Amino acid sequence: MKRVALLGMPNTGKSTFFNRLTGAAAKVGNWPGVTVDLLSAKVLLGADMVEIVDLPGLYNLHGFAEDERVARRFLEDNTVDLLLVIANSTQLDRQLALALQLQELGLPMLLLLNMSDEASRLGIEIDGERLAREMGIEIATVSAKHGHGFGKAKDAITRLLSGSQPARKADMSKAFADDDALEHRLDALYADSVRVPLTSSDRVTDRLDRVLLHPWFGLPLFFLAMLGMFEAVYTLGAPLQDAVAWLLEMVKEQAVAPAVTDWSPMVRSFLLDGLFDGVGTVVSFLPIIVLFFLFMAIVEDSGYLSRAAFLMDAFMSRLGLDGRSFVMQLMGFGCNVPALMGTRVMRSRGLRLLTMLIIPFSLCSARLQVFVFFTTAIFEPWAAPLVLFSLYVMSFVAAFLTALIYRSRLSHAEPLLLELPPYRFPTGTQMWLRGWREVTHFLREASGFILLGVLLVWALTHYPSDLEPASSGTLAGQLATLFAPIFQPIGIDDLMTVALLFGFVAKEVVLGAMALIYGAGDSHLAGIVAGRTDWVQAYSFMLFVLVYTPCLSTVAVLRQESKSWKFTALAVGWPLLLAWLLSFVFYQGARALGY
Amino acid sequence: MSISLDQLAIGVSATISAVGGDPELRARIQAIGLRVGRRVAVIRRSRYGGPLQVRIGTSDLLIRPQQAALVELETLE
Repeated sequence: MKRVALLGMPNTGKSTFFNRLTGAAAKVGNWPGVTVDLLSAKVLLGADMVEIVDLPGLYNLHGFAEDERVARRFLEDNTVDLLLVIANSTQLDRQLALALQLQELGLPMLLLLNMSDEASRLGIEIDGERLAREMGIEIATVSAKHGHGFGKAKDAITRLLSGSQPARKADMSKAFADDDALEHRLDALYADSVRVPLTSSDRVTDRLDRVLLHPWFGLPLFFLAMLGMFEAVYTLGAPLQDAVAWLLEMVKEQAVAPAVTDWSPMVRSFLLDGLFDGVGTVVSFLPIIVLFFLFMAIVEDSGYLSRAAFLMDAFMSRLGLDGRSFVMQLMGFGCNVPALMGTRVMRSRGLRLLTMLIIPFSLCSARLQVFVFFTTAIFEPWAAPLVLFSLYVMSFVAAFLTALIYRSRLSHAEPLLLELPPYRFPTGTQMWLRGWREVTHFLREASGFILLGVLLVWALTHYPSDLEPASSGTLAGQLATLFAPIFQPIGIDDLMTVALLFGFVAKEVVLGAMALIYGAGDSHLAGIVAGRTDWVQAYSFMLFVLVYTPCLSTVAVLRQESKSWKFTALAVGWPLLLAWLLSFVFYQGARALGY
Repeated sequence: MSISLDQLAIGVSATISAVGGDPELRARIQAIGLRVGRRVAVIRRSRYGGPLQVRIGTSDLLIRPQQAALVELETLE
């Protein structure tokens, strides 16, 4: 099968083009010589199935950031039929450099001048034919976002692939040709083919930045935007989840339970309380994950995250971090796992490890589930959003405290060099595709984990089988008794301790575990928890869940990215200690004040 | 007398005459677009010694004052 490698600088709309070309069919996979997973998809072009591989964004083919190394290694170790190089039409003065470096590899190449809509809005004129002639390659003009020129680009790809040239690996020995010579060529090409009006900046972006990056209003507006986003997810997500829970209970009572009445009690319990509730736990997360990432797509694609870096860098650099650490920390609010992998752009290992140490404190969507449930069950409707917001604040406090403590141990001298793209709004397709990918990713990566966790809890709470489930005599009860001296001082009772134990596997398990431990379906759990727990206990529990050991997937990624067991142990052990200390101070403090 | 990018007043543009720093850092600064011969302007500075927003052609970039100090400018007299 023929293979196409998609390359480009960050912020060129590379992912958007990839999505348009491949749709929802893309999968993450391993490649020879490359240590990271790359997104790829097989698509029908002309009469042939062609594999499209999305390589990480890079500024310099000869650079030494991990992403730049990955792209280089991929091209050295894998045969490629065509290089698809994507460039932002509005920034050819910078972007042609990478295209010229890639041209030196001697592989067939198509240069896509993307964001043609933005270029024409800014009055930038590009003589594509002349540029193609002078560079000696094919060029296609597209707007990946709106689809203009996409058909022609696809035809060009198909045509270039139909050539009889065998696929080759890149020869990097030529790749280190004199970059200065390339620069002169770039200047000549640019002067010949591109005409930029004198004032070519994005007026709307300039005007928005004047407000959003304002010395005084910038930061408050930023935090307001974050609060608004989470309020929106919360208010839209809660009823959706209720509906899903209600539907699941219906299916369980009306369809599944009658079908298994004749089976032995143990098997019935396993199917209904273990398997079905496990599946139910997975399914009930889906609406909020989609919602969350719809909003996250806006925040990310809009270019606002770079603004966050601008606003936060002065502060973050004092913590031994930089604006990008803050961006990754924010990404962690979706899911810690991709955020941890995103730290790869940082070249300084110290900075990277420090960032990886603070990301697990980001209140991810899995933990959000637990908090949404608890705040709804325990607190008044007016207080619930405020309680949730306070947990977000605590998430930052724990992260910054950790950075301050470990700053000197993991020192760094990493420069900050970031682009500030113009404000953009993602299309509906982009947003849905993002939500869809996150959900399928969650189902693929997390569902097995969650199911296993729930079944494990079921086994612990139902063995020995002659006892009342989750009673003190069962394995779970015995474990809780063992840990009681640790958890009693922070207001967490024996049953909740069991739920916490399994939150180590995945935070998603916590609610499913509680449903099992209390012998309740998801819809009855709220009432039972509210009856057994006062708000001080509930908040102490949430603090602990927020800060303590990230889920097993996060631990696995911490190990994979740091390649150090010692660091992984630190990243597991420290949050556990911090969680206990914070809950202890809160619980004992609140009780001392008479609550 | 030449000045560096971190000293450039807001709204004024100048031409880059040299980029300093160790070879790897210099390569990074150039790869993102701050090359010798390009016109650059400072759009705004973040408070408390935070990064500068600079404009090169049609691209806006963030750079810390420490790294901006490595970018030498030709002064127009």
